[in-house]
Amino acid sequence: MMLWNLIKEDRGGQILLLLLAIAIIAVPMLNALPPDHALHIPTYTVALLGKYLTLALLALSVDLVWGYLGILTLGHGAFFALGGYVMGMYLMRQIGERGVYGHPELPDFMVFLNWDSLPWYWTGLDQFWFAAILIILVPGLLAFIFGALAFRSRVSGVYLSIITQALTFALMLAFFRNEMGFGGNNGLTDFKDILGFSLQARETKVGLFVASAVALALGYLISRAVIQSRLGKVCVAVRDAESRARFLGYRVENVKLWVFTLSAMIAGVAGALYVPQVGIINPNEFSPLNSIEIVVWVAVGGRATLYGAVAGALFINYAKTWFTTELPDVWLFALGAIFVLVTLFLPKGIAGLFRRKEASA
Amino acid sequence: MSQARLLDEIKDKNHVFSFMHTQQAPTLNVSKNVLLYLEGLSVSFDGFKAINNLNLYINDGELRCIIGPNGAGKTTMMDIITGKTKPDTGSAWFGQTINLLEMDEPAIAQAGIGRKFQKPTVFEFLSVRDNLLLSMPEERKVFSILTARLTGEQSDRIDEVLEIIGLKEQTLLQAGSLSHGQKQWLEIGMLLMQRPRLLLVDEPVAGMTHQEMDRTAELLISLSGKHSVVVVEHDMDFVRHLAGKDRTVTVLHQGSVLAEGSMDQVQNNRKVIEVYLGE
Amino acid sequence: MKSRIKHLMCALGLLVLLLCAVQPAFAKSDDPVLLELQTLLVSSNNQDRTKAIELLTQSQHELAFDIYGLLLEGKFFFNRTDNQLYLVDRAEAGQSALHFLDERDVTIERPRDFRRVALNNAQRTQIRRVMAQTGLTADSNKIRMKAVRQMMGDPDPEALSLIRAAYTSETNGKVRELMAVAIAIDTVTQTDEAAQRDAIDTLSTSLEPRARNALNQFVSQTDNASLKELAEKGLIGIEQKIKFYKGLETVYFGLSLGSVLVLAAIGLAITFGVMGVINMAHGELIMIGAYTTFVIQQLMPNHIGLSVLVAIPAAFVVSGLVGIAIERGVIRFLYGRPLETLLATFGISLVLQQAVRTIFSPLNKTVETPSWMSGMLEFNPVFAITLNRLYIIIFCLLVFFALLMILKRTALGLQVRAVSQNRAMARAMGVRSERVDMMTFGLGSGVAGIAGVALSQITNVGPNLGQAYIIDSFMVVVFGGVGNIWGTLVAGMTLGVANKIMEPWAGAVLAKILVLVFIILFIQKKPRGLFPQRGRAAEG
Repeated sequence: MMLWNLIKEDRGGQILLLLLAIAIIAVPMLNALPPDHALHIPTYTVALLGKYLTLALLALSVDLVWGYLGILTLGHGAFFALGGYVMGMYLMRQIGERGVYGHPELPDFMVFLNWDSLPWYWTGLDQFWFAAILIILVPGLLAFIFGALAFRSRVSGVYLSIITQALTFALMLAFFRNEMGFGGNNGLTDFKDILGFSLQARETKVGLFVASAVALALGYLISRAVIQSRLGKVCVAVRDAESRARFLGYRVENVKLWVFTLSAMIAGVAGALYVPQVGIINPNEFSPLNSIEIVVWVAVGGRATLYGAVAGALFINYAKTWFTTELPDVWLFALGAIFVLVTLFLPKGIAGLFRRKEASA
Repeated sequence: MSQARLLDEIKDKNHVFSFMHTQQAPTLNVSKNVLLYLEGLSVSFDGFKAINNLNLYINDGELRCIIGPNGAGKTTMMDIITGKTKPDTGSAWFGQTINLLEMDEPAIAQAGIGRKFQKPTVFEFLSVRDNLLLSMPEERKVFSILTARLTGEQSDRIDEVLEIIGLKEQTLLQAGSLSHGQKQWLEIGMLLMQRPRLLLVDEPVAGMTHQEMDRTAELLISLSGKHSVVVVEHDMDFVRHLAGKDRTVTVLHQGSVLAEGSMDQVQNNRKVIEVYLGE
Repeated sequence: MKSRIKHLMCALGLLVLLLCAVQPAFAKSDDPVLLELQTLLVSSNNQDRTKAIELLTQSQHELAFDIYGLLLEGKFFFNRTDNQLYLVDRAEAGQSALHFLDERDVTIERPRDFRRVALNNAQRTQIRRVMAQTGLTADSNKIRMKAVRQMMGDPDPEALSLIRAAYTSETNGKVRELMAVAIAIDTVTQTDEAAQRDAIDTLSTSLEPRARNALNQFVSQTDNASLKELAEKGLIGIEQKIKFYKGLETVYFGLSLGSVLVLAAIGLAITFGVMGVINMAHGELIMIGAYTTFVIQQLMPNHIGLSVLVAIPAAFVVSGLVGIAIERGVIRFLYGRPLETLLATFGISLVLQQAVRTIFSPLNKTVETPSWMSGMLEFNPVFAITLNRLYIIIFCLLVFFALLMILKRTALGLQVRAVSQNRAMARAMGVRSERVDMMTFGLGSGVAGIAGVALSQITNVGPNLGQAYIIDSFMVVVFGGVGNIWGTLVAGMTLGVANKIMEPWAGAVLAKILVLVFIILFIQKKPRGLFPQRGRAAEG
């Protein structure tokens, strides 16, 4: 009943959750059909869909801060990548002796660098529960520290965008360094299994797809709960008239800080689900380009709607897959054109095309 | 804070760390019957003295009009009172106990100072009702906001204010779609919801019809007594109406007080005439 | 875009012809003496080598002493396959070989193709003698310096006596000093204590590495405590001087890096700082400037030295026009919505990158450095500055002050400042704000193009060139304070120097990370940069 209240007035959200529910049931069934069946979904496609869903979750986290708080973050890819790296470290520890060098504890790249023991921050990451905590904690902590500094000193607007970009850029440079102990250039890869299930197995891939769909649904409901609450209204108030909110006694920096941190945690979870499905995490995930692209997903889908962000992420990533296989040279032209056209002609995104003029925000 | 104390605090599970406490102002004390003290305030921007050794006292429950030509420092003075601008020198006290210069905007707002901007600023994407809802003086901690629920009493209060500002019909409309005058009213309504002890009102009647002006004047006068009201205004008719025979009017010029007294006194002050009419 | 560049070239054609006439032909590959030398040195006949030495002696060539030195050190190799002469440090696969005449770098693939130009003892002695005799009596101070330096520390007693002889008649102060050092290196090993003392004093003032070696050796061998102490003192003095010059060098490197940053950022300082437009395609405008340089070099392959000069106005025009097109096509619809501008211009940057990839290929292009830009300015043996860095610093300052003049002294500048401070009022006063926006954006973009010309000289020209600089540029502008181009200059130089100071102990990448973190923290402290605009207008 409480859940229904969250999406009672949110037609887009209802459709989204319904589609997710259908996907959770139908995709595994259709995948189980024999390969020559007309409705069969190949495992490859299931994994691809799962990847899209994690990116949609990432877009959702960006919409939460950009759409509702007006913080144009150009560094959310960093939180996604951090979640991904934590998951990657867990998966590396699962390889055990099956690495190329067969070392029982050290990942291959550490053996290659002649390290003789695991760095302290790799401790405990062979335990899934511990990794799961860190997946939320690490991005959350970074966002909290960064946000506490930035919002307290009232860095806002373009300046904030630029320092978020600097943040992810600095992290990218750092993770490229071999000395950091995260595999440098090549990142973490050659994963074998997760929670004892082989990552190559069909069932695992379907399982990860379902997990991604569930995570997206949960992420949607949590974001929706925040937006529906009075805090959500305060967010919109801060977005549109920050000083007015301050003169009403709201601690704008704290509001921003907590929502930003929540958003970073969601992004971290998205990253953690993304990594086992694509099989690699490397420093390029930190690249500022990636982070800006996420913002475009949200812009295309429609800011401040949540479901729009999901739709935009799915749409653009599907288009990306299509273009890069069919017309690789045209992709950047197309993406660039989408950036320009959406900002010029579709300021409310795809969602704005369909949405009735609603009074609620 | 000494490390030993910090450790003690961390060990004490039942209390929130002191550094996590939000700034809480001491209780307001107006035993001397003066609500606001501004003494020796000066502030300059790039060498330009916006406020120059300004002294101003507002009594509890008083309605004070402040006039002055452009650039006299009226808005900067409000910025200082509400914590937006920090002065270079001087002091600003709210009652006997609250030092405004040590507090930031939210803390000052929570202590009981409300402000209406020159340009009406409301939350354009929220409904009129939500605008009022957010103005209620309540716990402002993030978690409390997240779990806040509207009580029947609060709902009644909102309806009451909607009645006063004449926006009953527009309750669910987005504030952005209101007319300029209606936005002015909504902002005043938000101040009313806030129940501040001191209201700072910057040019409230800009863009209002004569009828609306009269209503505003009435409202402001009715508010005084319970609240102190400081009105900055250009419109002389409006000021004359507000000040009546015996309320004090202050004239600001080049960042300090040029004259103070009843409207008649001020109007006949030679210095004031010079400033307004030139040599 | 290609056709536009060609168009532009027609317009510039006249200027090009004029300048070509003035430019002297100066290239090693045209030099008859060096050509002859190559044929003689690659020959397998021993006699030819002797002839080569004679040829060089007679010609009094200005490079003669360098060539003698390289011959003695055995750095000359010839390639058996093409019979060309190369300078090689180590003849191993993967090492580079420098073509003697063209000065182009070649990577050694098969080391056995390269044969050392070997000299016999007679030839060595011949070279030494020639160096001593011709060198010490040559007219050029430079050559005499070189000769002394070559002979310094030579155990051959004949060499020393030659220097002693020359010393008495030498008139140039610097050469005399150097000769004194050469003599002192010998004297210090003798037994006359007073003379030794003088020699140590002489050596202590010199920064020549051989003088330091001599002192070091003396300290380790001598039994004379007081002389030892004196020499040690001298060594400490030398070390301190070297440290000082190393520091100077770091600052110089820092300033040159800073100049690059300032050049990259200064166009942004105009578009972002003055107009409040977030142009994420700024990096691509720099890239277009670099590609313009490349195209112009392709069009005038015989005048590389000139091409760079031609490229400066050309890049300004090309990038400026692209900038104006962006402003007219997209940005003018987005004024007052900075975040949307950011997204739209980022889209444009992707399109421009891909366009360059499609037109020019995704691979990096080589833009050649003109000969007048290469070379060193040597102040003393431990401190020399490379000319190309110096040119970049000078160029940066020229661009900066030109821009400052435009903004402060011209009608356009006045209008730009008026519009940036109060658009409505400026319009009311009759300023055509739309045109001003267009011109300002064109100006900022054109300056980005000019930066591209400079960058093409020091970095790879490729589709990703712009991306590499955009974040740095924003950092510089934000650090300096938006709307203040002096701030940009100070910020760029500060960051450049800070980066270079940290590099030795932190490494290049970590230094960069530290600078980024520093800026992030700095913005927390001073959100409006080093030189903020204050006052009511700036609060927003």
